Amino acid sequence: MSYGGGELLSDISLTLSPGSFHFLTGPSGAGKTTFLKLCYGALLPTAGHVRMFGADVRDMSRDDVALARRRIGVVHQDVQFLDHLPVADNVALPLIVSGRDRTDESENLSELLNWVGLSKRAGALPAELSGGERQRAALARAVIMSPEVILADEPTGNIDWEMSQRLLQLLVELNRMGKTIMIATHDMNLIRAAKSQVQARVLRISQRRLHTAGADL
Amino acid sequence: MTPDLTRITAFLAGDVQADRLVPPTGFTARLTVFVAAAMAFLTVFALALSLATGRLADRWSDELARASTLRISAPMDQREAQTTAALRVLETTPGVASARALSDEEQRALLEPWFGPDLPVESLPIPQLIEVIEDETGYDAAGLRLRLSAEVPGAVLDDHTRWRRPLVMAADRLRLLGWLSIALIGAATAAMITLAAQAALAANAQVIAVLRLVGARDAYIAQAFVRRFTLRALGGAAAGTVLGMIAVLVLPSAQAEAGFLTGLGFQGWHWIWPLVIPPLGAAVAFAATRHAAQRTLRELS
Repeated sequence: MSYGGGELLSDISLTLSPGSFHFLTGPSGAGKTTFLKLCYGALLPTAGHVRMFGADVRDMSRDDVALARRRIGVVHQDVQFLDHLPVADNVALPLIVSGRDRTDESENLSELLNWVGLSKRAGALPAELSGGERQRAALARAVIMSPEVILADEPTGNIDWEMSQRLLQLLVELNRMGKTIMIATHDMNLIRAAKSQVQARVLRISQRRLHTAGADL
Repeated sequence: MTPDLTRITAFLAGDVQADRLVPPTGFTARLTVFVAAAMAFLTVFALALSLATGRLADRWSDELARASTLRISAPMDQREAQTTAALRVLETTPGVASARALSDEEQRALLEPWFGPDLPVESLPIPQLIEVIEDETGYDAAGLRLRLSAEVPGAVLDDHTRWRRPLVMAADRLRLLGWLSIALIGAATAAMITLAAQAALAANAQVIAVLRLVGARDAYIAQAFVRRFTLRALGGAAAGTVLGMIAVLVLPSAQAEAGFLTGLGFQGWHWIWPLVIPPLGAAVAFAATRHAAQRTLRELS
């Protein structure tokens, strides 16, 4: 994978097995976000192959990518919402765009909002949310379609430790439900906290390569 | 391709949820409606012009092409004989359906605008006019002139082509200009709606990025914009068309006096034509927005 002229990631070979829990770490600018973007088809590799659910992204049409994204929940550090719609609608957005009837899923939705602790904020606009609330809303949006994979890019980057713990808790719970999780972070405390609860593998990007980090973390 | 009616009705009915995804934009919305209305209004007039000049051209070429005039300028004592001779020649000319010498009353009526009603036609040495009506095939004017010059020395054939042709050509050209104006108005509408759509797409880049991230297909995202612009154009064009039709309707009509100008309007079933404008405007908006949306979306990941 090259970016802006220089090669950014090379010789990376990785398969995320279903139900696994990965941390992706490395210095800023190493290519964590780029790697995640490759994983959900937002970027195409300049060389090599990226497969989403067994299909090569190069052979996938834009619609195929859209359909694959319904099976992948993505949480960004700076989450974007539709700022003119309340939180509940934003969380339900994947349902709306995939043509599902929201009224059928209203129970799911309120359960999910409850799970991320946003029941009371359902009617608020995204701009009125705090950083932690935004991240939890993003997570709720990422999982409402019951995706098989959840990719989180620095999900705790903007929030305090307590809130990070809570968000991690939610991700661990999702992993126990069988979801594949990949979290890009440079927060070692978060990784340590996770390791006590879940079988997590740590991947480290440095020198344009992907390393499996030792167990000493 | 047959239009899929269920898809069109579904498009018009829309998806209430999908409609809310794109934030409402008051100002550009009003501009789009205004542009559509103004363009529809102009189209009504261009259409009226085209149809009116079309009618004029048809009438001129139809009525005048079939009729010509033979003028017999002879001394009074020979006029009768020459008229009879000319009629005989005309009767035996292939392509002439009928020929008839105008009566004194008719000639007086023709001269009345110039000389008043009391003209003593009988006592004046004015030429005798013969009206010649062609049949479908028409006659050979040059051959007829030749025969006439031999048998009726005082006869002058005026087959009207001399002054008919430029008139018909002018009317045809005007009609063409009318249609060209309609085409230009359509193209300008498409251009303006494309600009408006592109502005809307650019202003909603974040919305599009979010929708794309959560798995919305391009067609779904495009539809949210396309539907909005199509309905705006439809509404605006409908309003503009109605106003234009009212304006044409209340044009003062001075039937006999002004000739060409009073023809500007719709006659009979031609009133149906302007009703085509709103759907056509909507179709232009649909195509323009769809094109703009698809192009914008292709550039995104």
